[in-house]
Amino acid sequence: MSDQSEMDEVIAEFLVESKEGLDRVDDDLLTLEKDPANRQPLASIFRAVHTIKGTAGFLAYERLQSVAHAGESLLSLLRDGERAFDPEVATALFATVDALREMLAQIENTRTDGSKDYSGLIGELERLLKTSAEPAADSVAAAPLSGPPPGPPPGAAPPRVTASAPPAPPAPSARAAEPAAAPPRAAPATPVAARSAPPPAPEAASDDGGERGHDGGAGRPPGQAAAATGAGGAPAGETSVRVDVALLDKLMNLVGELVLGRNQILQFAGLREDPAFQTTSQRLNLITSELQENVMKTRMQPIGNALHKFPRLVRDLALICKKQVRVEIEGENTELDRTLLDAIRDPLTHAVRNSVDHGIEMPDVRISRGKSPEGLLLIRALHQGGQVTIEIIDDGGGINAERVRDKAIARGLITPDQAERMDESDLVNLIFLPGFSTAEQVSNISGRGVGMDVVRTNVERVGGTVDVTSRAGQGATVRIRLPLTLAIIPALLVGQGQENYAIPQLNLVELVRLEGDLARRGIERVQDAAVYRLRGNLLPLVFLDQLLSGNGSRPAEIVDREVVNIVVLTAEERQFGLVVDRVADTAEIVVKPLGKLLKNTAVFAGATIMGDGSVALILDTAGVASCASLTSKTAKRLLQLNGQAGADARKDATVSLLLCDLAPSRTVAIPLQTVVRLEEVPRTALERLGDSTVMQYRGDILHVLDLGGLLLEAPTSDELPFRLVACRTPGGRQFGVLVAEIRDVVNRPSIAPLAVPRPGLLGSVVVENRLVEVMDVARIASETIAFAGDTEVAA
Amino acid sequence: MNRVPTEDQQLCTFFVAGRTFGAEVSAMREVLTAQPLTRVPLAPQQVRGLINLRGQIVTAIDLRERLGFPPCDGQKAMNVIVEGDDGLVSLLVDEIGDVVEVSADDVEPPPDTMGERARDLIRCVYKLEDKLLLLLDIEKTIAEVE
Repeated sequence: MSDQSEMDEVIAEFLVESKEGLDRVDDDLLTLEKDPANRQPLASIFRAVHTIKGTAGFLAYERLQSVAHAGESLLSLLRDGERAFDPEVATALFATVDALREMLAQIENTRTDGSKDYSGLIGELERLLKTSAEPAADSVAAAPLSGPPPGPPPGAAPPRVTASAPPAPPAPSARAAEPAAAPPRAAPATPVAARSAPPPAPEAASDDGGERGHDGGAGRPPGQAAAATGAGGAPAGETSVRVDVALLDKLMNLVGELVLGRNQILQFAGLREDPAFQTTSQRLNLITSELQENVMKTRMQPIGNALHKFPRLVRDLALICKKQVRVEIEGENTELDRTLLDAIRDPLTHAVRNSVDHGIEMPDVRISRGKSPEGLLLIRALHQGGQVTIEIIDDGGGINAERVRDKAIARGLITPDQAERMDESDLVNLIFLPGFSTAEQVSNISGRGVGMDVVRTNVERVGGTVDVTSRAGQGATVRIRLPLTLAIIPALLVGQGQENYAIPQLNLVELVRLEGDLARRGIERVQDAAVYRLRGNLLPLVFLDQLLSGNGSRPAEIVDREVVNIVVLTAEERQFGLVVDRVADTAEIVVKPLGKLLKNTAVFAGATIMGDGSVALILDTAGVASCASLTSKTAKRLLQLNGQAGADARKDATVSLLLCDLAPSRTVAIPLQTVVRLEEVPRTALERLGDSTVMQYRGDILHVLDLGGLLLEAPTSDELPFRLVACRTPGGRQFGVLVAEIRDVVNRPSIAPLAVPRPGLLGSVVVENRLVEVMDVARIASETIAFAGDTEVAA
Repeated sequence: MNRVPTEDQQLCTFFVAGRTFGAEVSAMREVLTAQPLTRVPLAPQQVRGLINLRGQIVTAIDLRERLGFPPCDGQKAMNVIVEGDDGLVSLLVDEIGDVVEVSADDVEPPPDTMGERARDLIRCVYKLEDKLLLLLDIEKTIAEVE
């Protein structure tokens, strides 16, 4: 029993190591293909294949061993310069790697190396061996060298270790076992011992770090030997240990518990006035945080692990499509949680395959378009704002938006009317629609589209997003954005009744708060559905309390409320508003799965533990939408209308403007892109500093522009707080603008310039039939504050 | 299916609605006093809520509801933590009893006259000196109800 499990362990280790070895072989073969004179990869390939062969022999996987053996024979010849590395050899070696992989997979599943017949491959390898001497131009070498390899047909006794170790005198460094095992093949080799003597050493070189000092017979060996020695003598990865992922998960959980324990201790420490205890708990605090951080890191893996197979994949694809494609990978050290890494392997493969298959043109087409015949596929990974972005960029023909549109219309995915309203980027992204791509389309569409909906589904499953941009004639970019880790996500916390719920921020669009009159009159009905007019579009509303009491599908009752909090969410490309009692806070939450009893509760995606130790449920946006029967006919229609309107808005909106009153009845607009946040400040917070008005704001001194002269006009006794718009100049300097009231945010296609330019004004827009000036607050600020700033620095 | 144990064993006992129930000691993970519960709207009836067990989220099943007894009169329920096939589950019971040794000689199948809902979850009845002990089928108890 224990022997068996030990054996299983040995085999498991063998599988892991062999797979890693083969992955490297792929890379090395590709390097070699580009630079056949480079000896280093050859040595490394040889070592990997040799190791597999040796272990396979030990574990009595004869098929595996015989294929590895045939490959190794060819490799040894290559390494010794007896055979030039040409495309034919490359293909055969790639096929060998594939065969080995296949058998390893078989072993993993069935513990046997299967019954597939690889004699074709072995025959091919042997044929290459036989023809090998011709390029070497040494007619004497031809016969003997081809002699040994064909000798050992597959299925021979396992102890036979190498093909190229004849008992020739100059091979004393070969392992002792070899001469004994080799005899069957010794005979054909002997006649030319003088010539074939040098090659036999590879065995020794690869095994023992290349202590071969006896190559001098053949033409090129000296340099080769050095290369082999160099490569062999570099032990890599000694500083790392293999650890089971399950163990890491367990560590993660334990650290989670430790953190909770720590939190409680800190609470106790706060209550007691014992300095020693407080010091100790502080240390515990620091150590725990650091431990948590580091344990999280153990789950991170460089994304290169998922990318390294692509050069090979692309090479094969390019061969099939008769295209020339060069692969470049950037940012392979970008780290990602390993569960995510596993999850994106398939979508990435899909996207890469699409790029090669449909994106990059045939060489002649490329030349006619004035591009290099060799296409470039760039896979780039980078960290960006707490996310990992993976881009698959090709310099092919791009996606033909018109054709995508026609196809989408033909398949009934969009109406011609809808299509009319979509811009090119919307159209191109239609390729992600389910049902867009079918096998039939592959030949019909010059763009992409094979199973891109699968890509999107898979990426979205792990909380990521995917989109595509296309530059006609210059290529396309598929961009996949992923959270850093699955375990921790940013969330919005909302309160309903006694309980708190978390909403993943991924699905959050914006928050709308209606007060007073608006709260009472803002919510209207379309048949059964409650809606709110959000910037002119109807937003279907779901009331969380009704949803959770099981009445989600009933027509919403509109109750008089003083305050209505609407959380605007997207689910499956549609927006809806969730009405909640309170909007509490944002937090990074650790997602925990629900038990199987609750698996069918579609409204919840999981649960999390809050800072105080209580449990909060995580709302599943898609689940909420479907539970509230937003898919019912009316709602659907509404959503569609909105979807269009939304697309319209996107299409039209190039400038977002914040409308505010500088003084009562004087409305101006401020470009939203300069706005950092909106605040309410009490009059007392404002101070004078020389000529300017300032306030202390988040630990800094913030200069405040009083454009409307509010400070002068407002009665001094007035304790009413001001609204403050915190803005940022393009130079990154913050300043504040005092306004009387904040009205709304509007989107406008452009700002109409003034007939007579005036400093400080960008132009005007029309809002509710009235002209509103757009203030260039950044300019005003940089002019006035630069002046004030000098004196401030002096002070 | 042989649901009636044939060997002597140790059972952990607890009380629900005045009856004594037992479960194999090996099936139990731990016993906790009343914990703050987070209600789960729209959940199956027997799920009373979620508790935080040292960072793990555990579904709490109301045994009264599950066995078809009237709801508890405000008294705080104890948590019996058992291991299910996909994580821990808490059984809410009225009170915890001792660990008792039971003999295979004293065992009988559940009487046919028992309420159907409860009978399905009871593997057998042990005739103790002063009372009857109902052996709970933990696996079925924490399984989904169709």
